Amino acid sequence: MQNTDIIQVKNLSKQFSKIHAVNDISFTVQQGDIYGFLGQNGAGKSTTIRMLLTLIKPTSGSIKIFGKDLQDNKKEILKNIGAIIEKPDVYKFLTAYQNLKIFAQLSGCKVSKEMLMNQLEMVGLASRAYDVVKTFSQGMKQRLGIAIALIHNPDVIILDEPTNGLDPQGIADIRNLIKRLSKEFNKTVLISSHLLNEIEQVATKILIIDKGKKIIEGTKQELLDPEQTIVEFETIEAEKAREKLIFSKWNTDTIFQNYNNISLSLPYEQIPSFHKFLAENNIPVFSFHQRNSLEDYFIKVTKENDVHAI
Amino acid sequence: MYTLFKIELYKIFKRPRTYIAFIAITALIGIIQLGLKVDGKEYISFVLGDLSNTLQINGNLCNGYFVCYCILQLLLVHVPLLIALIAADMISGEANMGTLRLLLSKPISRSEVIIGKFLAASVYTIFLLIWLAFLALIVSIFIFGTDDIFLIKNNYAVQIAANDIMWRYAGAFIFAALAMLTVTALAFFLSVFAENSIGPIVATISIIIFFTIFSTMSIPLFNKIKPFLFTTHMVAWKEFFDVKVDENNISIAGSIYRPDKIIYSAMVLIIHIVTLVSISIYALKKKDILS
Repeated sequence: MQNTDIIQVKNLSKQFSKIHAVNDISFTVQQGDIYGFLGQNGAGKSTTIRMLLTLIKPTSGSIKIFGKDLQDNKKEILKNIGAIIEKPDVYKFLTAYQNLKIFAQLSGCKVSKEMLMNQLEMVGLASRAYDVVKTFSQGMKQRLGIAIALIHNPDVIILDEPTNGLDPQGIADIRNLIKRLSKEFNKTVLISSHLLNEIEQVATKILIIDKGKKIIEGTKQELLDPEQTIVEFETIEAEKAREKLIFSKWNTDTIFQNYNNISLSLPYEQIPSFHKFLAENNIPVFSFHQRNSLEDYFIKVTKENDVHAI
Repeated sequence: MYTLFKIELYKIFKRPRTYIAFIAITALIGIIQLGLKVDGKEYISFVLGDLSNTLQINGNLCNGYFVCYCILQLLLVHVPLLIALIAADMISGEANMGTLRLLLSKPISRSEVIIGKFLAASVYTIFLLIWLAFLALIVSIFIFGTDDIFLIKNNYAVQIAANDIMWRYAGAFIFAALAMLTVTALAFFLSVFAENSIGPIVATISIIIFFTIFSTMSIPLFNKIKPFLFTTHMVAWKEFFDVKVDENNISIAGSIYRPDKIIYSAMVLIIHIVTLVSISIYALKKKDILS
C-alpha cells in the first residue's frame, strides 16, 4: 500500500474577490506520509485545508482523495477523514463525552460507551469526561478536538495548527501521537503549521507556501541545503579555536564568534571530520549543536518570493 | 439525516436558552389568568361596551374558552420573538461557536444539515405551541370552567356553543403551528447568512414588526402588498371562530364562515416555508465556510 497517492491536488486556486488566497497549488500526499504544510500566517494553508474538507469551494483546480474526485464523492471521502481545523471548537454547553458521542455519530461510526471512554483516555480526558467543555482549558479543548478527529478511525488525518494552545508536554504528546499514527497504523497525516520546528520534527515531506503560492515541496533532506548545516560549539578557548579555524580548510565567511560560542556553516557529511579537527587541535568543547537550517531555508525562500513579488 | 435530526434536537434541549421561551410563556399566561380571575367581570364589561346595555347575557362569559381566545390574541404576536431566539441561532450560532466547520466537514450533505436543523427547530416550535395550548386552554378550562364563547368582531358578535368549540381550538392551534413554522423558517433562513445569532434574531423581529404594521394599517398603499405578507395570513386562525348562521341568525354548529380563507392562508404560509427553506439550502451550499 505504500506510495499510493492518497491526496492529489492539481492547480488548485481560490480567489476571494480580488485576493488570490491560493494560487495554482499542486501537490500529492502518499499513504503513510506525514505531510507538513508550512507557511506564514495568511499564506493560504487554512484555505487549502478547508478546500480539502469541502468547506470552501475552489475557484479552479481539482482535488482527488483516495483516487476519487472530492466534489463528486464528498460523503464517501469525508467518512475516512478526521480533521482539526484551526481552533478545536466544540459545543461548550455539552460535556466532553457528549461532544465526542455526537461527532462520532455524525462521522457514521457505531458508538459504545467503552469506545468513547477509551478515546478520551487516549487523549488524557477520561477523568473530565462528564464535565462541560466551557470549564476546559484551551489545551484540553485541543485534546478533545484530536479525540473527535480520530474517533472514527479515519485513514487520513488533517490537522490545521494542532498544537495551538498546548503546553510543551501537550505538544510533545501530539507529536508522538502523529508519529505513532503514521508508523504503527500507516495513517496519512497532513499537518499545517506556521511553526517550522513543529513541522520539522514530525513531517516526512514538506510543502512551503507563501502568499497563496507553492514555493517548494520535498522531503526534509531534499529541502535542507546540505552545504549550509550550521554548527555551533562552546569552548573556553574560543580565540584559539577561531584562529585554528581561519587557518584551516574550514575557513569560510560564515565563522562567527560570540564570547565562548563559535558557529560556522559546513556540509552536513563533514560534521564527523569537523569533530576530529577540534579534537586533534586540543580545543575543549563543552557543548556542540548542529542547528537545523530549515528555518534559514524557509526565511530564504519566502524572502526570495517577496523579492520576486516586488 | 435522522441521526442529525436527533442530535440537533438533543442540542436544542440541552441549552438553557431553550427554556427561556417556556418560562416566559408560563409567566405571561399565568399573569393573564390571574388578572382575569381577579378582574374578569370588569374586563368582560369593557369588551362588551354598549352591548351590555342592549343584550341580556346569562352564563359564564369569562370561561376557559374565552380566556384561551384572549391569550391567543395577545400571545401569538409575541411568540415569534421567542421562536427567533432558537431558530435564528441554528446556523449562525454554530458559525459563532466555530462548530459549523467541524459539522460540515463530516460526511453529511449541506441539504441534510439544513433539513435536519430546520426539522429540529420546528419540533421546538411545536413543543412551545403545545405548552402554550396546554396552559392557555386546558389550565384555563380548569381555572375558569366552560361555557359558550361570546366574541365581539368588527361589526358583529359571535356566539359558539360550548360543545362546538374544542375542534375549533384544535384547528386554530394547528394553523398557529403553521404560522409559527413560517417564523421559524424566516429566522432560520436569516441565520444562514450571519456569523452570530444577534443579527438574525433582530432582523426576524424587525421584519415581523414591519409586516404586522403593514398588515394591520388600512392604507391603500399597504393594502396592495398585504396579500403577499405572511403576517397577513398568520392571523387566519381566527377564522375558526367565525361561524355560519341560519335564517334566524343562529350559529350553525360545526360550520366555519370562510373555510376558503383558512385554506388560502395556509397555502401562502406553506409556500413561504418551502421557499425559505429551499433558499437556505441553496445559500448554505454556495457558502464558503470561513468562520
